Amino acid sequence: MKKEDLPQDKGAIKDLCYVVDERGNYTTGLSDGWEIKVKALDVAWDDIKEKTAAALAEVKSGKASPIKYYMERSIMDVGIVAAYTGFWRWQVKRHLKPGVFKNLNDKKLKKYADLFEIELEELKKMGEYGA
Amino acid sequence: MELSFNHVQSAHCENGVTRNLLNHIGIEQMTEPLAFGIGSGLFFIYIPFVKINNGPAISYRTMPGMIFNRACKSLQVPLLRKKFNSEEAAKAYLDEAIASGTPVGCQVGVYYLPYFPREYRFHFNAHNLVIYGKENDEYLVSDPVMEHVTRLNAFDLNRVRFSKGFLAPKGQLYYPKEHKTVSDDLVRKAILTGMKRNIRHMLHAHVPILGVDGIRFTAHRIRKWKSKLGDKAARSYLAQLVRMQEEIGTGGGGFRFIYAAFLQESSAYFPEKGLVGISEQFTKSGDLWRSVAVQAAGIYKGRLGGQQDYDHLSQMMMEIADIEGNAFRNLSKTLK
Repeated sequence: MKKEDLPQDKGAIKDLCYVVDERGNYTTGLSDGWEIKVKALDVAWDDIKEKTAAALAEVKSGKASPIKYYMERSIMDVGIVAAYTGFWRWQVKRHLKPGVFKNLNDKKLKKYADLFEIELEELKKMGEYGA
Repeated sequence: MELSFNHVQSAHCENGVTRNLLNHIGIEQMTEPLAFGIGSGLFFIYIPFVKINNGPAISYRTMPGMIFNRACKSLQVPLLRKKFNSEEAAKAYLDEAIASGTPVGCQVGVYYLPYFPREYRFHFNAHNLVIYGKENDEYLVSDPVMEHVTRLNAFDLNRVRFSKGFLAPKGQLYYPKEHKTVSDDLVRKAILTGMKRNIRHMLHAHVPILGVDGIRFTAHRIRKWKSKLGDKAARSYLAQLVRMQEEIGTGGGGFRFIYAAFLQESSAYFPEKGLVGISEQFTKSGDLWRSVAVQAAGIYKGRLGGQQDYDHLSQMMMEIADIEGNAFRNLSKTLK
């Protein structure tokens, strides 16, 4: 890439890039962002938003517990949630079921609330959808 | 306390940490391209049965941690690398190292990294930065992909050092154990070792998903993405292909450009080996990776989307595989 071709399309961060100067020598330059890359990130975030919305719909119709919604919102999967909370994967999977979720005690719920950085009450309240 | 530490921004985090830490202990010759080249950083791998964020697992560079390890080993710098089971022990160890005057490299996850822009914060756990001091409850941070030094409080630093998921850092830290200078002869030897190892990885891995063969393997797969996954998922896959190529700082085909810069710098150590010409081949490959990103973006932005557009993308990657294959074969010949 030539130095004058370095993209300057307003991204979130200034990237340092290796570029070729007019004499053919390598040097570095700062790029203000590249539209191609910004758009790739947009696609990833659109996917996340879509999955989060789908999870919310599942919670509202009583097919999944609130943990599913917060998990998707935090771009996590069962493995990551298990690693952060200290539960086993199979336990997290069970907690995704509304029937199991409503019988969870506060101590367990608190672990999830802490992970998702929400109040315990918020988590509980959302669980009332399916009830 | 604040240690004297020279923060220089780099294209890629591990290169930057390696360069900055080795400069700090007295190895003046170290630059980002040299760190990348000596560490045999250039790579390609596509793991077909693993998914990351529901997309393909692709990497354009070597395993995390290897660049630093190899650079130290080749330059005969004793290093320390340590993981922790306990968060308290990890904090105590770091505090002690800083107190004794040693800047420390840390592997961290970016999901909870507060100074990173929100849109980059996925559960990516192989980011690297240097802690070079502490003031009250705040750690002084040299993150090589940032323009300027920054700070993290103890809570945030602990959280990113113990982020969870794939490649969880487990508080991992590393640093060169002693100050030393190295001769140009040793640098020359390190460069040769790095090049030979990189040739081996890219040309003779004997596994179809690695190196130049891996690029061809991926090119074949991409042809089938549209019919196999459907338009929507195929678009997400392509965005991920570009995102992995575009890790923060590396820009389109960025690793190829860094390798080209490495060969150009190496030609000063080996003027007789015609490395400048081979460097140009990697520049060409980097430019083509950029074109791949543009073509892929045409599809995920919805401007393109027919099977012929996927075929074209696949052809471009085949061409890249040929160029990189030839470049490494040329490099191999000139080293003999």
